[in-house]
Amino acid sequence: MDMSELYQELILDHNKRPRNRRIMESPDRTAEGFNPLCGDRVTVYVHMDDAGRVSEITFEGSGCAISTASASLMTEAVKGMKREQIEALAARFHDEVTGVPAPGGANGNIKLGKLEALAGVKKYPARVKCATLAWHTLKAALADRQEIVSTE
Amino acid sequence: MSGAPATTVRAPGLDVERIRAEFPILARTVNGRPLVYLDNAATAQKPHAVIDTISSYYRTINANIHRGVHHLSVKATDGYEQARRTMQRFLGAARPEEIIFVRSATEGINLVAQTWGRANLRQDDEVLITHLEHHSNIVPWQILCEQTGARLVVAPINDAGEVIQDEFRALLNERTKIAAFAHVSNALGTINPVKAMIEAAHNAGAKVLIDGAQAAPHLAIDVRDLGADFYVVTGHKMFGPTGIGVVWGRHELLEQMPPYQGGGEMILSVTFEKTIYNKVPHKFEAGTPHIAGAIGLGAAAKWLMDVGLDRVAAHEHDLLEYGTARLTEIPGVTIIGTAAEKASILSFTIDGVHPHDAGTILDQDGIAVRTGHHCAQPVMERFGIDATVRASLALYNTKREIDALVEGVRKVIEVFG
Repeated sequence: MDMSELYQELILDHNKRPRNRRIMESPDRTAEGFNPLCGDRVTVYVHMDDAGRVSEITFEGSGCAISTASASLMTEAVKGMKREQIEALAARFHDEVTGVPAPGGANGNIKLGKLEALAGVKKYPARVKCATLAWHTLKAALADRQEIVSTE
Repeated sequence: MSGAPATTVRAPGLDVERIRAEFPILARTVNGRPLVYLDNAATAQKPHAVIDTISSYYRTINANIHRGVHHLSVKATDGYEQARRTMQRFLGAARPEEIIFVRSATEGINLVAQTWGRANLRQDDEVLITHLEHHSNIVPWQILCEQTGARLVVAPINDAGEVIQDEFRALLNERTKIAAFAHVSNALGTINPVKAMIEAAHNAGAKVLIDGAQAAPHLAIDVRDLGADFYVVTGHKMFGPTGIGVVWGRHELLEQMPPYQGGGEMILSVTFEKTIYNKVPHKFEAGTPHIAGAIGLGAAAKWLMDVGLDRVAAHEHDLLEYGTARLTEIPGVTIIGTAAEKASILSFTIDGVHPHDAGTILDQDGIAVRTGHHCAQPVMERFGIDATVRASLALYNTKREIDALVEGVRKVIEVFG
């Protein structure tokens, strides 16, 4: 297998220069995610505007290139979205990286955009959780769940 | 003496190619490349001697043991008890009854903690472990401490990953009831000076449990020479099957200890009013044991003794020196664990590359390494890292395979450069 399929330029770039990686002072929502198998950690911070849109989103944490790039790309993708839109995008992304064919109906039409760069993960089952950790954590933040999100 | 070459008497080295031929899995490919299996500290591969023994057990003598009068039951019982005697020889134990079959080294430590520990520890007593322990030699003692009010005390390690001996001795005192530590560290490869540590613990009046899970495939073990009280090993890391391990304990201690689990096999007679427990070791082997596993483990131990653990240690030492030198040549690679006395474990980090990414790229070339915290999070925390890449070598590994690893690591650096 060609490694550049998994480690695309975009992923290597977001790993090296993660976007929106910083701790947010007084976020509206925050959640912490943990992958106990590999020790990857991510914290997601969110500001919401009055219309219920994500006006600002940042993350902090330590992890592999896949989890760092995924968190970085996620913060760019969801800015300006409402919770329902984010959950639909998260579901579509989850299907993509776990190799579930795009469904018909609403979710199937959702465009992944730059998130497509992570599609290569589906060939590496041991790495899927690296790609989904940030998304699980963001969903928990939006739902205002207090416990640490675990991939297990 | 002129003209005569200097000669040194030296045992013949390992014929590694012949040994490799005994491991069928080593002939397979992964992702189109020959398998380079460097994850032996997680589990070792199995030779024909073990695979065939297990297969033959099920094909020819499978029966329950210690009960039936029929031919197969007698044969199966013989095989199981023979395996116990082989493990007695492997560990240098005084008596076969000192060998208790359990599921794993982990279960062995839990057995000692929950039987000897529950019977002997009181409020404010202390359990002394070290900073380099595997989670399986930490958590059972934490549970015991919660149950009894005893305290868990941890001896520190230095930057090379060695237990600081002065500190270890200073932490021993009259409240220390048991000291528990690894013979060989799974994350760092450090070989502890166990004999001296046992002596120090005994001088303080403490009992000693040695976690030998990582020592058994690499070093000759002699529990009487070491002077330990308990020693645990697991089958699958010493080329035997999974699901089987051994606790060795000194006979007089085992006699005094309450049973671990209740059930069949561990009793002499049962009435609703009173149950009389069976003798050692059966007192600790409730239920039908993993008969095939024990017999397979016996085959593995015999095979290892036939190969000769001194020769194994010499071969692995060569590999370790070669691997250390080759990896250190690569800019950005840092070896974690540089103890003077070390088994064949190469734990390392690569600047700017997370171990999981390295593991995935190495796997594409058929190279199997472990990446992560190796069930030793306190060790990772001690070195200020989240994870390492760990190449753990066994008797069948070669310098050629280390070359493949080195080439793979260079490729990793290229991808992330």
